Amino acid sequence: MFGDPIYRDGVDWGDVALMGFKVLLAFVFLLVATMFMVWFERKVVGDMQNRIGPNVAGPWGLLQTFADGVKFFFKEDLKPANSDPLIFRLAPYLSAVTAFVAFAIVPVGGVFREGEIDTGTVTLFGKETYLQVADPPIGILLLLAVSSIAVYGVMLAGWASGSKYPLLGSVRASAQAISYEAALGLSVVAVVLLAGTLSTHGIVAEQAGGLRSWFWLATGVVPFGVFLIAATAELNRPPFDLVEAEQELVGGFHTEYSSIRFALFFLAEFMNVITMSAIMVTLFFGGPAGPIFFGLDWLWPTVWFFAKVLVFLFVFVWFRATLPRLRYDQLMHLGWKVLIPMMLGWLLVFAAIRQHRLDNVDTAVAIVVGLVLAIGATALLMAAFSAGDRAYERENTIKDEVGG
Amino acid sequence: MTATESAPVEVDVDTDEMIASRRRLLDDGKVLRLSEIDAEQVAGDIDDERMIINMGPQHPSTHGVLRIMFELQGETVVRSKPIIGYLHTGMEKTAEDLSYLQGCTNVTRMDYASNLFTELSFSLAVEKLLGLEIPERATWIRMLMTELNRMSSHLLFLATNGMDLGAVGMMLYGWKEREDVLRFFESVTGLRMNHNYIRPGGVAADLHDGWEDGVARLLAGLPKRLDEFDILMTGQPIWRDRTQGIGVISTEDAVALGATGPILRSTGYAWDLRRDMPYLAYPDVDFDVVVGTYGDTFDRFAIRLNEIRESMRIVEQCLERMPSGDYRTDDRKVTPPPRARIDESMEALIHHFKIFTEGYTVPEGEVYAAVESPRGELGCYIVSDGSPKPQRMHIRGPSFVNLQTLPHVLQGGLIADAVAVISSVDPIMGEVDR
Repeated sequence: MFGDPIYRDGVDWGDVALMGFKVLLAFVFLLVATMFMVWFERKVVGDMQNRIGPNVAGPWGLLQTFADGVKFFFKEDLKPANSDPLIFRLAPYLSAVTAFVAFAIVPVGGVFREGEIDTGTVTLFGKETYLQVADPPIGILLLLAVSSIAVYGVMLAGWASGSKYPLLGSVRASAQAISYEAALGLSVVAVVLLAGTLSTHGIVAEQAGGLRSWFWLATGVVPFGVFLIAATAELNRPPFDLVEAEQELVGGFHTEYSSIRFALFFLAEFMNVITMSAIMVTLFFGGPAGPIFFGLDWLWPTVWFFAKVLVFLFVFVWFRATLPRLRYDQLMHLGWKVLIPMMLGWLLVFAAIRQHRLDNVDTAVAIVVGLVLAIGATALLMAAFSAGDRAYERENTIKDEVGG
Repeated sequence: MTATESAPVEVDVDTDEMIASRRRLLDDGKVLRLSEIDAEQVAGDIDDERMIINMGPQHPSTHGVLRIMFELQGETVVRSKPIIGYLHTGMEKTAEDLSYLQGCTNVTRMDYASNLFTELSFSLAVEKLLGLEIPERATWIRMLMTELNRMSSHLLFLATNGMDLGAVGMMLYGWKEREDVLRFFESVTGLRMNHNYIRPGGVAADLHDGWEDGVARLLAGLPKRLDEFDILMTGQPIWRDRTQGIGVISTEDAVALGATGPILRSTGYAWDLRRDMPYLAYPDVDFDVVVGTYGDTFDRFAIRLNEIRESMRIVEQCLERMPSGDYRTDDRKVTPPPRARIDESMEALIHHFKIFTEGYTVPEGEVYAAVESPRGELGCYIVSDGSPKPQRMHIRGPSFVNLQTLPHVLQGGLIADAVAVISSVDPIMGEVDR
């Protein structure tokens, strides 16, 4: 059922050319979209803050990012004397390349119909294919893997700068990534459990039956909320932008970067925002699936996809304009003590319900057993938390007595 | 010597406790006593436990050019030392070369967020030396303008405080409201800052026609915005987590360190010069002194937010009760004569000439006049040797004194807390370095 239909009958040169075309398309699209995303963010934040925002370069300032990019390109590339030259140069590419790779697994178009085997395809140059660069059977794992690598970019950049503020930023980055990766992964597990597949295309196909087939209750509330928060943290976007934290760490990991290397980080951040919004739409909101009018079935799915993505882009911008930044320990607290336990509990309940349906266990028994288990787990968790708090306090009092 | 007439003030802080505080603060090791050379060596050591890091003078959240040297363990502040002097312009020394008339031009540049207060304290000091009574209208205009200035200064604080904690939106909202106040200032004084408006003998110009409308517009628009700030900041869980219980200081410690203004009031100690050592017409107006409970960053934010509301009450009363009459004293030794008189009267011409060349002489003596600036007690100390220029002029800058509290409240916090606390002190470096 899964896998791009063009590979069914072997691979010929036409298929390779088509793949090349799709890669190019995705690359160009993401670059252009990033350009406009930067403009969009600046414009919307400007609006929210009683400002005008960019309005000089091009109509409505649309070319502002382009102008900035050109400017960055011609700036002198500075490298601190204390830095580790190789890693310092490598880090921005780690960030930027991973942002592209993650986007490859997102289906951006194709008509998805409920119950069809070969759904969500388009015809390009006479070949039937998916409108996504790749549909590996482990699709969503690829996302997690790639987003982990992206953190290396940030971490190594801070470490290789050979400067103190970037170092603090990079320490924050690694801690933040570890904690939020876990929450992110767990919320994805809920979707995977429900869809029964790891392939992004398959997940979209599962949700193709309109609004009622989106996983409203099972994944729509808790996993989605957790995913949104964890994704914001993963993207280092406000209110979780501790890695950059201009007011504290000046610029965090990219303090020492200038010229095109800085631009790459900048680009990567916004590309990641787009990719993450796209992933969110794919996992929770049916990707390109949506009603089709006037028989324009090559157009509507893509339109739906972009419309949905735009909503999340706006949400990220909205966060930025409104929320104060969390503190480092509060971020850890939220990640480890709220998001992960919540997601684990949800998975427990959710998996139990699925299993009881499969095994035809009596519902009442299932509920009672489930409740007892949930309460037990919560009690254990609370005990663990309070023990941790006590240990922390004890440590602090000892420190005070010794004299800090 | 002209004694400053200050009523004996009842201090309800335990004196023994305070002395104990003072002793404790001296040697509790929270201040990083480390020379630049030693710091270099620490930086050279491969010591994983300890890191010396400089915040400022070029840093987004040090409010200008404050520099703080931190000793960090991970991200936790162990010891710290505020370093000042990067904006030193020698204004106090310059004052010795300027006549009393020119003095205001100089002092107004110190606290650039609340210029009128330095002008006011300077003028009050000079008037005290001269024994000069100023017209009632001048007093009320001064009160109106300084309260508006308090509003604009506190709005600036809300803006920068929001920005320092990452709420960049707040910065723009605060600035926008402040802009309205500044526009009113511009219509009265001709300038948005460095007004040189309050001068010994009164104010530089009368309020223009229609000033009531300008003030009324401000008073009508602001309450709604303040309520919005309440929703955006005060009620915001992240904001509360970031500020509550951070940078806590006790009343005794605050008094021992000489802290005044919102920092002292945040500890629950109601000390406001407007009420406790009244000047201008403050005894005649109705207002409350806002105090906090916990002495933390949140309290300081809340105090300033509510002080804007109190200032608006005072401004409202000024609006209703503004007396008519002269806006400056008619003592020709201090105030230059009106332009028209110069053409008619020889004496007026002489006065005019004398005031703008030699300046007016001030009786010998020394004097201290203090006002409650948005940051605390702002005092002007002048020693006069009977010449037209002060022999010595000193400004007791509240930001300068309040900065002393930093090492004591920063210890044990994270860098992010340090940023919040520095912001809550609301230092204006121009007034710190003078």
